[in-house]
Amino acid sequence: MTGAGAAGLRTGRVVVVGASLAGLRAAEALRDEGFTGDLTLIGEEPHAPYDRPPLSKAVLTGRLACDHIELPRIRDIGARWLLGTPATGLDVPGRRVELADGRQLAYDRLVIATGTRARRWPVEAGGGLAGVHVLRAREDAERLRGALAAGPRRVLVVGGGFTGGEVASACRELGLPVTVTQRSAAPLAGALGGVIGRAAADWYREAGVDLRLNTTVEALEGDSAGRLRRAVLSDGTAMPVEVAVIATGAVANTEWLAGSGLAADHRGVVSRGDCRAVADCGSTAEDIYVAGDVARWPHLLFPGQLLRLDHWDNALAQARTAAHNLTRDPGERRDHRPLPAFWSQQFGRYLKSVGVPAVADQVAVTQGALDQRRFVAAYGLKGRLVGVVAVDSPRVLDGYAALIEARAPFPPRLGATDGPDRLDPVDADFPGRDAAGVPQQDIHPPSAPAPAQTAHR
Amino acid sequence: MNTQPLRLVVDLNRCQSYGQCVYAAPTVFRFHDEESLEYDYAPDAGVRREVERAAVACPVQAITLGGATEPAPVACGDDR
Repeated sequence: MTGAGAAGLRTGRVVVVGASLAGLRAAEALRDEGFTGDLTLIGEEPHAPYDRPPLSKAVLTGRLACDHIELPRIRDIGARWLLGTPATGLDVPGRRVELADGRQLAYDRLVIATGTRARRWPVEAGGGLAGVHVLRAREDAERLRGALAAGPRRVLVVGGGFTGGEVASACRELGLPVTVTQRSAAPLAGALGGVIGRAAADWYREAGVDLRLNTTVEALEGDSAGRLRRAVLSDGTAMPVEVAVIATGAVANTEWLAGSGLAADHRGVVSRGDCRAVADCGSTAEDIYVAGDVARWPHLLFPGQLLRLDHWDNALAQARTAAHNLTRDPGERRDHRPLPAFWSQQFGRYLKSVGVPAVADQVAVTQGALDQRRFVAAYGLKGRLVGVVAVDSPRVLDGYAALIEARAPFPPRLGATDGPDRLDPVDADFPGRDAAGVPQQDIHPPSAPAPAQTAHR
Repeated sequence: MNTQPLRLVVDLNRCQSYGQCVYAAPTVFRFHDEESLEYDYAPDAGVRREVERAAVACPVQAITLGGATEPAPVACGDDR
């Protein structure tokens, strides 16, 4: 690479749309990579970047206040910050971002890191009632914290994924009666399958949660003042509730990209392995990079689908890769191929995962047992190890991570002293699979919030 | 002496619950339940030395401290 060309890649105007974890770390990484040009961060939220995982845990229980979750800024970045001003449009040929206040911002290269938001309950089914909450942003957590601190007679959590479990867990810590409805046959089933999900169901029940499986909410009903009063469930129950938390997954923040020509929808923005955005027509959009929860991209270790990860460490790693590639010639670009990892803290347990359990067809307990406090389960796809979940066993994961990276066979040969005498792989029992165990859609493993981020998670 | 506000984050993917940080800076880090670390991202600057010791002591180097000297960004409405 000639000096002049490299200098060109490290000057000019870079706009980062999204000022949460991925946007902040992308901006810092750009400076680390030697970018000396104009740098602008655009953020919808009016806050300095903060961390989302505590929102569904320590913030809800009141152990941590929302002004104590600000993320450290690792280095000075000399950037212009436009916070509280969402982007509303993108003109790709004109290289301009439109802002909600009418301004237009010109760029030479762009980073898209607009993340996801919580899916909302339909207004016609009661979504507009006071007492119906989602959990994604600081304000959401503050509102819900206030509602829980007021001591409602019962809280309804709609959805038994990671966010739903963490919220229900916080409610029980606060001594509040809580009902969780889950569409499928076990909590966490979408991310971890029914086998591990059934173990998680025991955690819910031991904590005193009223867990309703294979159950959906048909309506949320309010009083004349517009306050939530009653939930009607698909099992015929009508229960009095004053607080409902909708934890039914995330939607990508891509509306601002409508008409831009980029391949973007509610599932995310399609990008290449090197983080460059993909256009509707399938060609690569030059000079536009995607990072964090909003990105959907192909991962070499998990072929045949696009991954979108609501994972904390993915936001960091993808931001770094995007920043690296944005400041480099094509020959020096690298692919984003992290080993996915997330964690969750719920019902007194510290759950960690590496790889992508959600793509697996089989699962086997490799250490401990499902009815014990600590256990490890390995996930396989077509005879290859693709993921691991460890409950209250945070020190075992590095070894498994190396096996997944090495494409080790499944079931894995471990010889763990706390393992069963003989591994017993069974169908991982993911909902929504056909008989061959093939996912019917792209895989979006949920995680701790962000909403997860996930997991986070 | 560093007068910047103290900010930190723990990579909980990397954390293996060794608890060295809890010993080094007990007002900042604690275990909630057996293995789940909780911590204050923005403790009082008076505990900076304890937090720095915690970051050094972490066996898996999961603790990152802020290094920026620029003021924290504020919303557009606040600086116009």
